Amino acid sequence: MDEALIKRHFPILDQEVNGHPLVYLDSGATSQKPNTVIDAISTYYKEYNSNVHRGVHTLGTMATEGYENAREKARQFINAKSTSEVIFTRGTTTSLNLVAQSYGRAKVHEGDEIVITPMEHHANLIPWQQVAKLTGATLKYIPMQEDGTLSLEDIKETITDQTKIVAVTHVSNVLGTINPVKEIAKIAHEHQAVIVVDGAQSTPHMPVDVQDLDVDFYAFSGHKMLGPTGIGVLYGKQDLLENMEPVETGGDMIEFVGLYDSTWKELPWKFEAGTPTIAGAIGLGAAIDFLNQVGMDEIHAHENEIATYALDVLSEVEGISIYGPKKRGGLVTFNIEGVHPHDVSTVLDAEGIAVRAGHHCAQPLMKCLNVSATVRASFYLYNTKDDIDRLVEGIKKTKEFFGHVF
Amino acid sequence: MSFNNLDQLYRSVIMDHYKNPRNRGELDSENKLVINMNNPTCGDRIQLHLQVENDKITDAKFTGEGCSISMSSASMMTEAIKGLSVEEALKMSHYFSEMMLGKDVDEEELGLDLGDIEALQGVCKFPARIKCATLAWKAMEKSVNHR
Repeated sequence: MDEALIKRHFPILDQEVNGHPLVYLDSGATSQKPNTVIDAISTYYKEYNSNVHRGVHTLGTMATEGYENAREKARQFINAKSTSEVIFTRGTTTSLNLVAQSYGRAKVHEGDEIVITPMEHHANLIPWQQVAKLTGATLKYIPMQEDGTLSLEDIKETITDQTKIVAVTHVSNVLGTINPVKEIAKIAHEHQAVIVVDGAQSTPHMPVDVQDLDVDFYAFSGHKMLGPTGIGVLYGKQDLLENMEPVETGGDMIEFVGLYDSTWKELPWKFEAGTPTIAGAIGLGAAIDFLNQVGMDEIHAHENEIATYALDVLSEVEGISIYGPKKRGGLVTFNIEGVHPHDVSTVLDAEGIAVRAGHHCAQPLMKCLNVSATVRASFYLYNTKDDIDRLVEGIKKTKEFFGHVF
Repeated sequence: MSFNNLDQLYRSVIMDHYKNPRNRGELDSENKLVINMNNPTCGDRIQLHLQVENDKITDAKFTGEGCSISMSSASMMTEAIKGLSVEEALKMSHYFSEMMLGKDVDEEELGLDLGDIEALQGVCKFPARIKCATLAWKAMEKSVNHR
């Protein structure tokens, strides 16, 4: 893969920040956008902006086609059986809340269990806390190993016949751990539980096949995979979605509305009340096209190479603690001894290097790691080994700077 | 190597307060005011103990964890507000907020001794760090306003 060539498709990366060429290492928070995505959104607004599924004029038809084509692209991207199973949402958080509020509240009762892990992002934790509180169910955690992975024995032990929902992240946004989702799905199904997967950090970075994984629900965000903010997907198995009530009601999601009762459109529109994020969906479609052109296998291999390189060179720097397993997604989370992550981030920023510092929306995990915050460098298809070298330089400067002011 | 911009932010007096915080700890008295405050976006947290008698802050201590800016600011604040009336402390807090917004402020007009606090002036050029610097002050404001 020629990263230099790929970088040229991303106009934002070609700039100086604080007098240095930008090194963007925060794709785990949000990815940058290639020209094709920016152009697709701009073309929609310039040439065929209209509402969807209404009216019969030409622009309306074009907008509807653009929106629904994006759904088909998303379906192919995760290999769902049908577009009925691909619901457009605002993003992963909205997708997971939809499952919790619709499926969770209806199917979980007092005495039941919801099983999650200590490495969940708040988006796949708090919705389940709420369901547990409302229904009287128990929230159970699969324990985490020292290296930030889950063991199959622990998974088997935690999921029981009382378990109704297993909610787990595919790739940890802090540790980079890749969880054995296919195996967890199998175990959940043996106990007649459903599995809900947070795919925010996996879908952008590796091939995902929801049928092969045999997951019941899978959520991801457009903005972390080269698309715009405000658009995401909830995949759900058709028979489950058909038996779920909508969480939001109103325009566009109805079939027939009477004075005292109404009926819903068929899937997936039953879950899409109001005017959707049309430009967002079209932008996501363009992002999927871009990813497909590069190839998800290629992207995964490239990030693997970058992450391995980063782990190698960072572990040679004295006074650095690195968190998470050796085999991981494209990110490295670390701390520099004696320097708070915020201060690290500020010094790196002065060098033109963008990283994330903080608790990464995973406060229980921070507690597990016994830290209040960490620094995270996260990678994508446009990052190069040069970027990692710049990061290491920046870290050395950080150490030097705080060495000299202390 | 030059760290001109960073040197403005991380003045040596700030790093001194970070490394050797003043008034770190808890107050023993029974009628102390205790308040916890955190910055939910980054995880910094502070617990502030204040002794207020006849509308005067007679003692102040803090515990917590966070970056150099938030912890040094807390240390400097506890030094500066000790001995002030509540009204004066709130006036100083307002002054500090204005300073963080980069506004032209006049210490003479304030008429109170800021101590080392002025060293934090450089923070206003780093918008992402302003909340770090104001955490302790927000805690103090909330504490005395909810007495």
